[in-house]
Amino acid sequence: MEQPSELLQRFARGDLDAFESLFRQFQGEVFRWIVRMVREHGAAEDLTIETFWRIHRAHARFDPERNFAAWARRIATNTALDYLKVARREVELPEDLPGSALGDPGVRRDVRERLGKAFGELPAKLRVAATLALIEEEPYQEIADALGISVGAVKLRVFRAVRLLRKQLKQLGVEP
Amino acid sequence: MNDQKDDDKIRQLLKQNIRPVNQELESDLWPQMLRRLEERPAAVPWFDWALGAVVVLSIIWVPSTIPMLLYHL
Repeated sequence: MEQPSELLQRFARGDLDAFESLFRQFQGEVFRWIVRMVREHGAAEDLTIETFWRIHRAHARFDPERNFAAWARRIATNTALDYLKVARREVELPEDLPGSALGDPGVRRDVRERLGKAFGELPAKLRVAATLALIEEEPYQEIADALGISVGAVKLRVFRAVRLLRKQLKQLGVEP
Repeated sequence: MNDQKDDDKIRQLLKQNIRPVNQELESDLWPQMLRRLEERPAAVPWFDWALGAVVVLSIIWVPSTIPMLLYHL
């Protein structure tokens, strides 16, 4: 999304009206990015506020020539990572999905529960990379930009996440 | 080879079983943001500043107090 450079310059100077304009313009985009990572609506709203709080505090460091959306996404990713490092939890799984790989509904439910537990126990960095790449199917380049790492490093994190999940599922008695 | 197959199965399981989330922002968050901006930063009581100053001055003028201070930390 294109932003008038004057607006960004005013924001960088600490103008609250400019910040409000940017907030209104980008709150939805930042929220959607965060909710994909944390997968919890209420937490994502709080983290959107926290992200814009950090953006507001860092206004003097912002270069108006830069892309505001990309900068905001990077800050949002770090904010979500900080949250996930503290708030490890089981990932909520649907009651039933017709296309599941396993036949028996009882077994399916059990596997889903164990999968959610194992996924929730992944280190935050691996979990975010795996969530964005495998579940949300975001392009690797976008994930790399948001995390501030190379595409190769994203692929490595996804690979490590899958390997860890496989190990944890085996420990929980689930053979994939 | 088997490892690769297992990995692919896990990718498939994840895609099929993780709950999709509602990605729509249902309300304007600006009023909450404004409240956050209006919150005053936590003020440090004057007594803490005075105590800090006493510690710094005692370190500068009487360096022999450093071991005692370290002992009490």
